[in-house]
Amino acid sequence: MAAGSTYTPIATYTATGSVSTVTFSSIPQTYTDLVLIGAAKDSNNYTGMRVNNSSAANYSRTYMTWNGTSAGSARTTSDTTLYVGGNDTNFEVSIYNFQNYSNTTTYKTILGTQKIANATSIAAVGLWRSTAAITEIDIYSVSGATILTGTTFTLYGIASA
Amino acid sequence: MTPILGILASQISGHLSTNSYESIATVNVGSGGQSTISFTSIPSTYKHLQVRGLLRTNRGLAYDSVNITANSITSYSTHQLAGDGSSASAAGASSAQTSIQYNNITGNGATASVFTGMVLDILDYADTNKNKTFRYLIGYDANGSGYINLASGASLSTAAISSLTFAPQNSSLFQQYSHLALYGVKG
Repeated sequence: MAAGSTYTPIATYTATGSVSTVTFSSIPQTYTDLVLIGAAKDSNNYTGMRVNNSSAANYSRTYMTWNGTSAGSARTTSDTTLYVGGNDTNFEVSIYNFQNYSNTTTYKTILGTQKIANATSIAAVGLWRSTAAITEIDIYSVSGATILTGTTFTLYGIASA
Repeated sequence: MTPILGILASQISGHLSTNSYESIATVNVGSGGQSTISFTSIPSTYKHLQVRGLLRTNRGLAYDSVNITANSITSYSTHQLAGDGSSASAAGASSAQTSIQYNNITGNGATASVFTGMVLDILDYADTNKNKTFRYLIGYDANGSGYINLASGASLSTAAISSLTFAPQNSSLFQQYSHLALYGVKG
């Protein structure tokens, strides 16, 4: 069996003021998966994510929520963004896995979990209906609001043997 | 990487390997399909294992099931919280099963090019004093259908895990472009 160190930090961004968009661009195509780990606050309570700067209605998402008392599930279809959280009071921590992001054969599946302190937990699977390799990830405040100071995201690359 | 508006380029940290997470082996399914994906001779030198990948089978329905087994262990339990886009439900099998079963990976009847994503953690896999805990996040979305599962499983054996096998449950084959990669996490 081959072995090699991986789970490599590619880039980290920490907002020192309010910003409209956090962009990871020119993502190297040398990994197998990407993992994006972050904590975000959003003045509009709605943070979205797009890939390759695409605003076409090619995003969809199946997710479930639970809060210690009850659980539910819902989905979005043919959307222009993937909802990835957002709260203007507490940071929402999240982990997103972009499986086989650089292949040009499959649509892109994104697995994620999200949590705000003392609030609902979310597990979700998103789809970007494109076979293009992912070269850019944008996290932005939907409806033109702002991502707030202290928001931080780190993008990691995982290379398989 | 290109800096972004409002973010200082000096805050970028790049290409720093932590050396605590290592790729062990990868299986990429070729054009003929594959009935099982196995990792054997797994070294016992890590603290935890992680399996990551994408799966889809050639079953003629939109969904298929996959069985996960370790070594030759035949006793497992599972518990899961599952969402189907309309409601969430909890389920489990606390009595012994012969494998860890997951029932909603994409089959050939699903939307083309949609694969099921999976991240599976196996904790303390080499400790011979513990039954082994499996924890996995798995799901697919097909723009109007899909499932998401957050689940745990246990192999009811204290044996160190030295092999893992993933097999479709319905005599189907994993389709081309399915792939699983095994990683070791150091303690």
